[in-house]
Amino acid sequence: MSNAARLDLDAASSTPLHPVARDTFLAALDRGYADSRRLHGAARDARLLLDNAREATAEALGVRADEVTFTPSGTHAVHLGLLGLAQRGLREGLPLAHTAVEHSSVVHAAQWAGTPLTVAVDTQGRVRVDEVPSQAAVMACQSANHEVGTIQPVAAVREQTTAPLFVDACASGARMELEPGWDAAALSAHKWGGPAGVGVLLIRKGARWRAPFPADDRVDQRSVGFENVPAILAAAASLQAVVAERDEVNARHHALIDVVRRRVAAEVPDVEIVGDPDARLPHLVTFSCLYVDGEALVHELDRHGFGIASGSACTSSTLAPSHVLAAMGVLTHGNVRLALQRETTRAHVDAFCDALPAVVAQLRARVGL
Amino acid sequence: MNGADLELDCRTMLCPMPIIELAKHFRDVEVGQVIGVVAHDVAARVDVPAWCRMREQQYLGEDTAEDGAPRYLVRRLS
Repeated sequence: MSNAARLDLDAASSTPLHPVARDTFLAALDRGYADSRRLHGAARDARLLLDNAREATAEALGVRADEVTFTPSGTHAVHLGLLGLAQRGLREGLPLAHTAVEHSSVVHAAQWAGTPLTVAVDTQGRVRVDEVPSQAAVMACQSANHEVGTIQPVAAVREQTTAPLFVDACASGARMELEPGWDAAALSAHKWGGPAGVGVLLIRKGARWRAPFPADDRVDQRSVGFENVPAILAAAASLQAVVAERDEVNARHHALIDVVRRRVAAEVPDVEIVGDPDARLPHLVTFSCLYVDGEALVHELDRHGFGIASGSACTSSTLAPSHVLAAMGVLTHGNVRLALQRETTRAHVDAFCDALPAVVAQLRARVGL
Repeated sequence: MNGADLELDCRTMLCPMPIIELAKHFRDVEVGQVIGVVAHDVAARVDVPAWCRMREQQYLGEDTAEDGAPRYLVRRLS
């Protein structure tokens, strides 16, 4: 199949550049090259662009400009946010805590710093609020799950614990308003049509946060390294654009995912659709097909022109199934995660739903089922 | 074979093969009898109970086979 006919249904992994991001990035390449710490004209230009990006990002996210830090990735924002909040509690001997369905960047950072408590989830992937510890060095709870789309009860978690609250908001990104309650939060620009290599760390004014890594003498001392000003500005421009259009896009995506959920359940036998059907990310659905090899399913759908992700063990580097699906206790093999891009249409979704039953049937026939 | 009426040797299989074996062989035991899936593949720990839920069979839990390999026990209900 030619590239032109390929359909990327993996927006939860990454998105193509938003047209606004592309224009802004190209315009800023020449203006934003200089060192924003210096005092000459070109440097002041770079500093101006950086400050503009910070203001625009703060406004789009509904936070203060001095709460915004740009980092070299969403993952780095997670590491800084989580570990910076935990510094004080760790010195007092408190454990870190996180939900069982956090992104691997949260899990890895927590394990690096200590032996974390894992808070269980229900079969829809929603954290069991009554099991959130009342005290911890930090409690990490994502805004919504990146694999199954379930929205987490962040406000209820906030009520349950005195621990500083870290919210990984990378999965909901620009799509959803950031619920209050966080002491630190992390986002990632390439999930909203910005360039890769730009993360956003939010640290609430007054939160007890201490840098967990060596400092750097930059404009914003919470982050390290020479800022990629053109990429940061492009990320901010894309964020503004996506926030401005999200009501329309979210409503369209929510309805399209309802179509997928309905059609897959009706047209593919022995399939388990997981995650909350309503309180979910608008653009994402995950399901697992009994007796189907996840890797074969990804390749076969790709051959038909559909790019999707899978949480099945055979598609992972570790040969372990998705810890999210495992924590929910749902089927891990034959797994498909479909996440709509901004441009995805009803015709695209129908084409996927038309192709899927035969692909699944063929893979099952290969193993005699 | 203690505790299982039939044991499926899926020690060398990767997901989803242990579940496919279970689906192919669970009618080899009578209703009420127990089948044991012996598998090293870590996905089986999640997928055997999930299969039981989807297929309305009873998952009895995990023990170990004679050689220490994980064994997942399923009672045939229908």
